[in-house]
Amino acid sequence: MDILDINIILYSAAFGLMLIGIGGIVISNHLIRIIFGIALLEAGANLLLLLSTYHEGASAPIIVDGSVPAMMADPVPQALVLTAIVIGVGILALALSLAIRVQRAYGTLDMREVRLKLEQEISENAGIEMPSSSHAPAVTTANSAAAQQESGS
Amino acid sequence: MEAVVLVVVIVMLLSAVAVMLFKDFLAALAAMSVVSLGLSFLFVVVRAPDVAMTEAAIGAGLSSLLFALALRRLGLWRSQ
Repeated sequence: MDILDINIILYSAAFGLMLIGIGGIVISNHLIRIIFGIALLEAGANLLLLLSTYHEGASAPIIVDGSVPAMMADPVPQALVLTAIVIGVGILALALSLAIRVQRAYGTLDMREVRLKLEQEISENAGIEMPSSSHAPAVTTANSAAAQQESGS
Repeated sequence: MEAVVLVVVIVMLLSAVAVMLFKDFLAALAAMSVVSLGLSFLFVVVRAPDVAMTEAAIGAGLSSLLFALALRRLGLWRSQ
């Protein structure tokens, strides 16, 4: 199969955008960058959905002089994507306003600090001890005894 | 035709990576606009001119405006 096949190029663009978006959401710590990742993922999903309508030699779904063109791209997924783009802007606006509220409440947009402050706040209000960091395994009586045994032997 | 599409796709994917790597949020916003414009070109290639028009207006215009206003309110509006 030819590497310059247009279908391969377009599908790789769609999957590449989705991959970069998911990677950005998972890896980055800054809240604004996570929202950028959501926008990229959305763009890739839109392109993937539109690619299902496309085949070689198709024409745009526009009726000229009352006659339907013989080879026409399917207009239904296109209408769906049109809606999805507009809804995407709504999602973006909601996410950005939530980010503004987070910065007003906690004074930072770094997700690690926000998570820490959130845990502190919850444990203060509930009157319980703050849980240990999830980056290290929790020390319980069972595994602390095992650790003492290991260091002793 | 295939060569033009290939160039646009490469530019789009590189700027998508740049969105995630730039320290400066204004630069990341500009790269996001480049991704949206490349995407609207690809929509024309797959024979959806109406969707391409919407993507260029809403995706590159309105969502960039939203991001810019949010960045100004968050105090991240400064280029280094």
